[in-house]
Amino acid sequence: MKTSVFLGVVAASGLIAGAGLAAEGDTLATVKSRGELLCGVNPGLVGFASPDANGNWTGFDVALCKAVAAAVLGDPTKVKYVPLTGQTRFTGLASGEVDMLSRNSTWTFSRDTDLKLDFAGVNYYDGQGFMVPKSLGVSSAKELDGATICIQTGTTTELNLADYFKANNMSYQPVNIDSNAEGEQQYMAGACDAYTTDASGLAATRAAFANPDQHVILPEIISKEPLGPMVRHGDNNWGDIVRWTLYALIAAEEYGVTSANIEELSKSSENPEVQRMLGTTDDLGAMMGLDKEWAKRAIMAGGNYGEIFAATIGEQTPIGLARGLNAQWTQGGLMYAMPFR
Amino acid sequence: MSVTDTTVPTAYVRTEMLPPRAAPMQRKGALGWLRENLFSNWFNTVLTVLGIAIIWWFVSHFWPWFAHSVWSAGSLRECREIIAATWGEGASGACFAVIRERWHQYLFGFYPRAEYWRPVMTIGLMFIALAPVLFSVSATIRRRVLAGGGLLTMILMAICGVPLWSAMLMLALFGVALLLAEYAPGRLLWFTVFYPVLGVWLLWGGSLWSPMMVLAGLAAGFVVARLLAKRAPGLAPFAAIITIAIWWAFISQPLADALAGVLPLSLLHVTSREFGGFLLAIVIGVSGITMSLPLGIVLALARRSDMPLIKTFAVMFIEFIRGVPLISLLFVASTLLNYFMPPGTNFDIILRVIIMVTIFAAAYMAEVIRGGLAALPKGQYEAADSLGLDYWQAQRLIILPQALKISIPGIVGTFIGMFKDTTLVGLIGLYEPLKGISDFVRADFNWKGIYWEPFVFVGVIFFVICFSMSRYSMYLERRLSRENR
Repeated sequence: MKTSVFLGVVAASGLIAGAGLAAEGDTLATVKSRGELLCGVNPGLVGFASPDANGNWTGFDVALCKAVAAAVLGDPTKVKYVPLTGQTRFTGLASGEVDMLSRNSTWTFSRDTDLKLDFAGVNYYDGQGFMVPKSLGVSSAKELDGATICIQTGTTTELNLADYFKANNMSYQPVNIDSNAEGEQQYMAGACDAYTTDASGLAATRAAFANPDQHVILPEIISKEPLGPMVRHGDNNWGDIVRWTLYALIAAEEYGVTSANIEELSKSSENPEVQRMLGTTDDLGAMMGLDKEWAKRAIMAGGNYGEIFAATIGEQTPIGLARGLNAQWTQGGLMYAMPFR
Repeated sequence: MSVTDTTVPTAYVRTEMLPPRAAPMQRKGALGWLRENLFSNWFNTVLTVLGIAIIWWFVSHFWPWFAHSVWSAGSLRECREIIAATWGEGASGACFAVIRERWHQYLFGFYPRAEYWRPVMTIGLMFIALAPVLFSVSATIRRRVLAGGGLLTMILMAICGVPLWSAMLMLALFGVALLLAEYAPGRLLWFTVFYPVLGVWLLWGGSLWSPMMVLAGLAAGFVVARLLAKRAPGLAPFAAIITIAIWWAFISQPLADALAGVLPLSLLHVTSREFGGFLLAIVIGVSGITMSLPLGIVLALARRSDMPLIKTFAVMFIEFIRGVPLISLLFVASTLLNYFMPPGTNFDIILRVIIMVTIFAAAYMAEVIRGGLAALPKGQYEAADSLGLDYWQAQRLIILPQALKISIPGIVGTFIGMFKDTTLVGLIGLYEPLKGISDFVRADFNWKGIYWEPFVFVGVIFFVICFSMSRYSMYLERRLSRENR
């Protein structure tokens, strides 16, 4: 009697766990039934993700969350932004606290394989650089031998710095800092000769200084930091949705589809690829469980890749990042959307 | 014949008292005070001069920064321009404009702005709920706390621009509470009992019926216990617990839904992720404080118990919890628990944090109270026994009142430490006021580069709260001291 009850309980809990796993395996169904996309974002990174005084999130990474929500749920505002710190981001995604991560995370081998996570593409090619005061009289990172350098702990930048100095047979004195804001303070107070982080972050930091022209960003980029959205291993369809939403934004820029002319082009575009992408002729969306106009809605959410870039971090904004590697492949950059066919 | 005969004229004996003379210049007034307190010997003189030099150094460095504060500007750049224009190029100044623009996020995080009356009201009601617990003996103190709490709530409401009706309601509630405190302070205790449910409903919103059903479950358990008390006294507590569990698991949700269908009393639902700033710190702090004290008392008694099983459990619990850092417990709450629970379970993040903070504080609390228990002379225990009191009566009437009084400084110290520890939840991505809010405020390009101003603002508020707690504990100690009156 007792044994049978025990076995029954075991079987029941097994069933529940099985059902739970099945539900977790289909992120698209979960998101649709919830009616809301849970998007993991940086708790605050200038230009990439930040909430304003009314709590509305904006930024380059946030725009991708909105595009995916528009593609899947038909409404770019149906996103719940979950701020994840550098320590909690991967566990947050793996444990199902968020559906996707759009949080400036570098695509590395171990994160892709060992952590059981998938990168759905690259939305920003960054690289690590150095900033020094002009008064230091340094014009190249090669001249930084023996310098004290402010470096954020626990990030890939720390490892890159060690690699770079070792490769060039130089020595340095690290000043460990916890956050960007603290790094700026230390740097301004003269606690370190140079400040190193991603080049996009350096540009934003420099632009916010009281006297930006007294600081220079050295020309050397010492690492590759391809930043992209992430999803869990194992749900390939959901990974496809995030990947192709990103590609739709990139392709839209390539083909000149903007949030302003998209209505018109979806009716009258001569380009067969644009017709397929916007659902005028083919039904590509059905292949991944979405409707015909998914890409159209994603582009309308915040514009194409170029529009998003210009509105959040581009040269017209105070941050003033040039397109550089993030230009379209036709303009000498690395942004290259796979064909919509 | 004696030599002290009064008739003998002795020129050297004074016949009248001298009038008292004023104290010498060096001993009276400001000069005397200075001599006595600051320059009594060469060592103290050196210390005084050193102290003044240090204070001067601080003030002279920070005063210009404070004096050049800018309170209205749209961005850090604007602040700098205003400072440069007013006090000349190169002048340093504080840019408190960021507080002026973002103060509400420091107080409430992402709580919807139209709903600010709810947290403010919750805090106001907290004073009403606290009044009978903290100051059950003195009517003056009750009045003072209610009036002070009411004033604070009204000021907060005015600042937050809450709807007029909520301010009126709050004013009326405080009026009723004052009357009750005056004429029937015992009744006020009922409000304290229901306050947690009311507070949770006000803060998180949703249907009123769900928390009501939680209460109804407790009531059902109580009724069952009462009914069984005569017939099977040993069984009553277990039956009550089972009733409550069954009620909560199976009855409460459908019943709440049904009632909501009949009479939908509900507030806009606010999720835990939207909580932030001091609202978050106070929610976690207050719940942790109120729950860790009873839990700590139970643990302390368990640790001093003669029953080996209970004692071992208490020792293991206390030593384990005290042996791990709070941060690791918080990480367990935020991420590790997700792996253990079936996917799709929605176990509220703030609730998880409150549980972790509570058990952490309870472990420390237990040791503080155990210290108090150990400090009681053995005679007190023996006296309780000789009176024929059973264990719980002895604890309630004789041991605990004295032990808790001895432990007050330690208990309040633990409270204050716990309240400040709430800022650690920033590490698991919650928006605590010190760093969580500041980090995203700085992520707005307008305020990038702001550093000290938010720390000053948040530090001042923390100081006010912690200092009030500390003053209250000192008052309580004075009031409860029975020895030297």
